[in-house]
Amino acid sequence: MIPEIGHFALVLALVLVLIQSFFPLVGAQKGIASWVAIAKPVARLQLLFTAIAFACLTWSFLESDFSVLYVASNSNTSLPILYKVSGVWGAHEGSLLFWALTLSVWTTAVTLFGRSIPPVMMARVLSILGLLSVGFLMFMLFTSNPFERLVPPPLEGKDLNPLLQDPGLALHPPLLYMGYVGFAVPFAFAIAAMLGGRLDAAWARWSRPWTQVAWVSLTLGIALGSWWAYYELGWGGWWFWDPVENASFMPWLAGTALMHSLAVTEKRGAFKAWTVLLAIFAFSLSLLGMFLVRSGVLTSVHAFASDPARGMFILVFLVAVVGGSLALYAVRASKVRSYVRFDLVSKESALLLNNVILVVACAAVLLGTLYPLLLDALDMGKISVGPPYFNAVFIPLTAPLVVLMGIGAMARWKRDSLKNLWPKVRVSLVASVVFGVLYPVVVMQKFDWLAAIGMVLAFWVFFTTLKVTRDQARGRGLGGLSLSHWGMAFGHIGLAVFIVGITLTSVYSTEKDLRLDVGQSHEMGGYQFLFKGATHLQGPNYSGDRGEVVITREGEQIAVLHPEKRNYRSGMPMTEAGIDAGLTRDLFVALGEPLGSEGAWSVRLYHKPYVRWIWLGSLIMSLGGLLSMADKRYRVRARRTAMDKAAVGATV
Amino acid sequence: MKARHKRLGFLLVGLVVLGAASWLVFNALGNNLSYFFSPTEVAENKVPADHVFRLGGLVQPGSVERGEELTVRFEVTDNAHTVKVAYTGILPDLFKEGQGVIAQGRMGPDGVFVADEVLAKHDENYMSPEVADALEKGHQKGIADMAKGNKPL
Repeated sequence: MIPEIGHFALVLALVLVLIQSFFPLVGAQKGIASWVAIAKPVARLQLLFTAIAFACLTWSFLESDFSVLYVASNSNTSLPILYKVSGVWGAHEGSLLFWALTLSVWTTAVTLFGRSIPPVMMARVLSILGLLSVGFLMFMLFTSNPFERLVPPPLEGKDLNPLLQDPGLALHPPLLYMGYVGFAVPFAFAIAAMLGGRLDAAWARWSRPWTQVAWVSLTLGIALGSWWAYYELGWGGWWFWDPVENASFMPWLAGTALMHSLAVTEKRGAFKAWTVLLAIFAFSLSLLGMFLVRSGVLTSVHAFASDPARGMFILVFLVAVVGGSLALYAVRASKVRSYVRFDLVSKESALLLNNVILVVACAAVLLGTLYPLLLDALDMGKISVGPPYFNAVFIPLTAPLVVLMGIGAMARWKRDSLKNLWPKVRVSLVASVVFGVLYPVVVMQKFDWLAAIGMVLAFWVFFTTLKVTRDQARGRGLGGLSLSHWGMAFGHIGLAVFIVGITLTSVYSTEKDLRLDVGQSHEMGGYQFLFKGATHLQGPNYSGDRGEVVITREGEQIAVLHPEKRNYRSGMPMTEAGIDAGLTRDLFVALGEPLGSEGAWSVRLYHKPYVRWIWLGSLIMSLGGLLSMADKRYRVRARRTAMDKAAVGATV
Repeated sequence: MKARHKRLGFLLVGLVVLGAASWLVFNALGNNLSYFFSPTEVAENKVPADHVFRLGGLVQPGSVERGEELTVRFEVTDNAHTVKVAYTGILPDLFKEGQGVIAQGRMGPDGVFVADEVLAKHDENYMSPEVADALEKGHQKGIADMAKGNKPL
């Protein structure tokens, strides 16, 4: 009964979004006030029904209702409650439902927080978001219904993929989806503004906080995924340039460009057409990511759906969204030309170059991701593009961007000169070169060119950000700085921390696969790893072996690690690494296989300096995004416009 | 600065970025592509002698030899031909006899494929499209060979 309620609620939600996408849009174009007015209530009602559907599916999971096919394939009675809940979005159908729910939540949030937005604009925005919901709900109802029944129901369900039975993974997909779907909001604003023919600073101001919140979710989602891959997959890596990782990274790059370009559009009225295009790109890349992941064209952990009908539907949806919005852009873009002048040396130029580099880097990632698919489709052979391609292209492209960050943050709007900038950056430049070169020598005790370059870049961002903050605070104190300045500062310093992490981890990590007998030890990075043997292990839905490795440094015990090798009841084996985490280094032990009969094992050992800084940096960046989102100018203007409107209403 | 000079400046900067990017992309693509081959293609000598490639198929049941040391030897088959593979290191969790596998590496002089990376499928029901395709072709070739009177391997 409950699953049928959920199914029915989904159908009702589809009917509602059809209303939400049609009437307000036509009403806005034709000037029919009552059609415009229904946008908000319908959007909220839609959220109610999608939420009911979601609740029904969650209930089916909690009650282990195996007559629902999706529950039977992804849950069983011995699964802990946390994973029963996260199982709701653990596979294809449920994650689509989660996606649709997130879209309705964002839509409703726009109706709640966008009080300053004129009703006609609001109607357009909501109907664009409604059209996207139509696509998702139809996709779900026609090709991937999560409430499909299984007759006769099995007594016990299968297992949730053991890789996904992890607290980090319970949160990773929701954050990613919030990010992906979040870019639908600036997209809808851009389309609505083009339809209305009004692209002004107000439009950019409405879009900015939404872009930032999407960007923050995406940043956290990607960081969490990277962290999970690091400790759960047992390979000790943090980024593999896997097509699915790229699928989330491309919208992130486009979104980062969009965030910066929106800043220029809001403050200076420049780059309007470009900003609109970026908003289209960011969301299109999110959809492309979904297509790559869900259509089964990729060889990957994530490609759990491989049904051609689904792939076809998403492809058509993707073409409709991208094609439709670009066609509209082609017709309307000439009208949104910006008539704002700025010099070659100015903050605008720096931000423009930032955008160019980010978009080009994004295109290079896109090429590397799609090239194998393209060749295969043309029957020109099966190839794979490995991580070396991405490293060789991405790193040299983005290093100049980091140099530019320091200058861009320093430069004045509209007009600046190298003569004026030089004294401001001089000290930072010298300091970053000195510290950057000394750090590998003094702290890491081994000089390496790549490490030095990375550290110089990181210190450069750090010092220039400090300098800008000090200059800005002159006369008003640190407390007088706006939250959006702090947002910039944290965002950039987060990137500096991130660069420290990737540089030092990449250069100074040591990894070794080796055979260890019971009682044998191995020295790595100044640490002694002593293998004490492995014992049998019995968990709730798995059994396996549990090793014990004692780590000492200069005779002093640092940690005792217990790496595990599990065999889940579903028959799937899993490696649980033992990790001793630290601010300046991680020690990582994973079990391979038993060798011989004397209790020896093949073991993988890692010493990874500064690997935590990668995720720490991402956290600081996200904090920056949150701070600038909370800037009071979004709130004050919202309130003032609302008051103006009330005043206008009173006189009418 | 005149408007014309300014435009020229912007254009130049844009061209430099694009040029640098294209150079990087083509350079990196040329060096880092690896093609996929099936055991049949290896038997027909279609594989590059001095370049890394990916070999895919099923792990031949009963072929996995684990010694006292880290090196593992096994055979990859597409049911028409098999190729011997040697790999030193820890195999992925889902590596199993009779299951799909992709190994990246190069051919050694003795006809043994020396893998520096081994990928196994990620879940029970999933097979990489490349491996599925190779098996399908191997299957058809086996039938064709039988029709010609050749003994299948």
